[in-house]
Amino acid sequence: MSKITLAKGLNMGLRKAMEDDPKVLLMGEDVGKLGGVFRITDGLQKDFGEDRVIDSPLAESGIVGTAVGLALRGYRPVVEIQFDGFVYPAYDQIVCQVAKIHFRSQGKLKMPIVIRIPFGGGIGAVEHHSESPEAQFAHTPGLKVVACSNPVDGYWMIQQAIAHDDPVIFLEPKRQYHADKADLDEDATPDPLFASRVVRRGSDATLLAYGPTVKTAMKAAEAAAGEGRSLEVIDLRTLSPLDMGPVHESVRRTGRAVVVHEAHVNLGLGAELSARITEECFYSLEAPVLRVGGFDTPYPPARIEEDFLPDLDRVLDAVDRTFAY
Amino acid sequence: MPHEDPRNESGFGPDLVEVFGPKQADGGPELVQLLTPEGERVHHPEFDQDFTEEELRGFYRDMVLTRRIDTEATALQRHGELGIWAQLLGQEAAQIGAGRALRPQDFVFPTYREHGVAWCRGLDPLRLLGLFRGVDQGGWDPRENNFGLYTIVIGAQTLHATGYAMGLQRDGVVGTGDPERDAAVLAHFGDGASSQGDVNEAFIFAASYNAPVVFFCQNNQWAISEPIERQSRIPLYQRALGFGFPGVRVDGNDVLATYVVTKAALQRAREGQGPTFVEAYTYRMGAHTTTDDPTRYRLSDDVEHWRLKDPIARVEAYLRRNGLADDAFFADIAAEADRLGADLREGCKAMPDPKPLDIFDHVYSEMTAELQAQRDGYAAYLDSFEEEVAR
Repeated sequence: MSKITLAKGLNMGLRKAMEDDPKVLLMGEDVGKLGGVFRITDGLQKDFGEDRVIDSPLAESGIVGTAVGLALRGYRPVVEIQFDGFVYPAYDQIVCQVAKIHFRSQGKLKMPIVIRIPFGGGIGAVEHHSESPEAQFAHTPGLKVVACSNPVDGYWMIQQAIAHDDPVIFLEPKRQYHADKADLDEDATPDPLFASRVVRRGSDATLLAYGPTVKTAMKAAEAAAGEGRSLEVIDLRTLSPLDMGPVHESVRRTGRAVVVHEAHVNLGLGAELSARITEECFYSLEAPVLRVGGFDTPYPPARIEEDFLPDLDRVLDAVDRTFAY
Repeated sequence: MPHEDPRNESGFGPDLVEVFGPKQADGGPELVQLLTPEGERVHHPEFDQDFTEEELRGFYRDMVLTRRIDTEATALQRHGELGIWAQLLGQEAAQIGAGRALRPQDFVFPTYREHGVAWCRGLDPLRLLGLFRGVDQGGWDPRENNFGLYTIVIGAQTLHATGYAMGLQRDGVVGTGDPERDAAVLAHFGDGASSQGDVNEAFIFAASYNAPVVFFCQNNQWAISEPIERQSRIPLYQRALGFGFPGVRVDGNDVLATYVVTKAALQRAREGQGPTFVEAYTYRMGAHTTTDDPTRYRLSDDVEHWRLKDPIARVEAYLRRNGLADDAFFADIAAEADRLGADLREGCKAMPDPKPLDIFDHVYSEMTAELQAQRDGYAAYLDSFEEEVAR
């Protein structure tokens, strides 16, 4: 048992995956000697060599496009996109190639590529360094999209994503990289990758969160408890496919749901969750599903980013509103 | 404001003429050529070799049969059997020259027009038609013939080729000195694609990692309606220098020269000497695809000029003049082409449509619960009709 940060969990998970399978390669900008701008790949090039931990030219489409070729040759590339806002040059390769080659080839060609994207805000960065593009990938058939929220999940989920035969967009809440520590038991049996998890039991309303907002939702539930309101919190973990079983089960009990994400609310994951909850739990709902998220504006300058990001108070405000019905 | 044509009568504007010499429709003085349009064998100091009679007749046969596949598929489109077809007419030498330069262990990343290269890889031409008929999106297993699926997004496959070549390096099958083992990658694209970011990124990655890939550009002068001058103000092969690897312009209507140049470039890659850019200078005699109307944007004089450079006619002239093939040989090939055409027609019409519920297959390696639910829902919907619906 060791106490680790999310950054360490991901680093250990990547190391384990590379030890387990010689076909696993890491690629990206500054992932070698520097260990990545967030140090997630720290020390891996030193131990696995330049052929397996590859510093790439500064071209995101090139990184993902060559990863496709490496996958076709039998490798399992794990590529790092340095920041969420830099993924767009690779968007064509991800959406037109990575996502579709399995379908195009009628299942003959697998695309076991993991695209790691540090996402979300709250780090006081300049433009393009704080975005939440998950809906754009969750909207694309052929891709799977997951988001880890804590060190232990980071360790397990990255290994599971690498071992998975479909392409996985792997979202890492960058604000959490070096924030909290948790106990890792490397002998434990992890939950499946594509499963949501109830992380706090409650009976009055259900908070749905993933990545960076799981912590926000947990704090909100804690504060609500002090006011006598019992909130259940679900860490979605998988955004495509969604694992709606635990969500439906929860909302049938609580009758109220609030989705919390940093991404823009308009056509975000919350819209899909709201629609599915309404379809499946219509007669259990006491109030409409509400969404708390980033406003439908570009990500703002850092000095006012906390106004853009959902925080404890905005979550509790939404919970209050569900009780007003 | 009307676009000002910077070219003077010699082709390039005055500044560029000074730098690169006059634009020449025959590809300029740097063009590698071994067989002239008149069928005269000429020699090149760097790229040359002797050919056996059998090889020469083989090139002829490949090109005639490839042209037949193309004309037959074009006809099938006109008959409504294909939704669309991307014609290769005029580019037979470029494709057969490149395709025959490959070894079995090499891997090819095609565009959607490499019907001749597919032929050289031993792919049943009928398999090419599926995509254009709309019954599949690539109906062959790339691992069987080391021939990738057609890629429709322009230039995307050049990055896949580079990544695959990086995989060859890691597999230790580059530069071992064992000709049965060392492998290379052939990446196809066109003059239009040379403007794509992906192609330029592929050059950078390949150069940076010294990847064993040959960038084979068929410069057929036209990207749908846009002439090469809209893509590049220098001869394309000269771009390679800026990326740090050699570029060669070869007469893409000369199967011998294309073969020798591509073979040398592939060998260089297999030996671990890195990428090469081959610009096969050719001309798209047909339309971009069967939906295109080139009479709207180019002169018939141009087409007539290039008709005199026909890739097949020059080989036939050479074979006949040197007594390397007799009438019976040409008649046999013509008969073989007729049989191939008939087989294609028949095979195309017999291709079964996929079933509606096939939509849901192969989105993922295993069907997700979400997708299974959608599939079940659609199956139940189809079942709700009184009449039996094939599913």
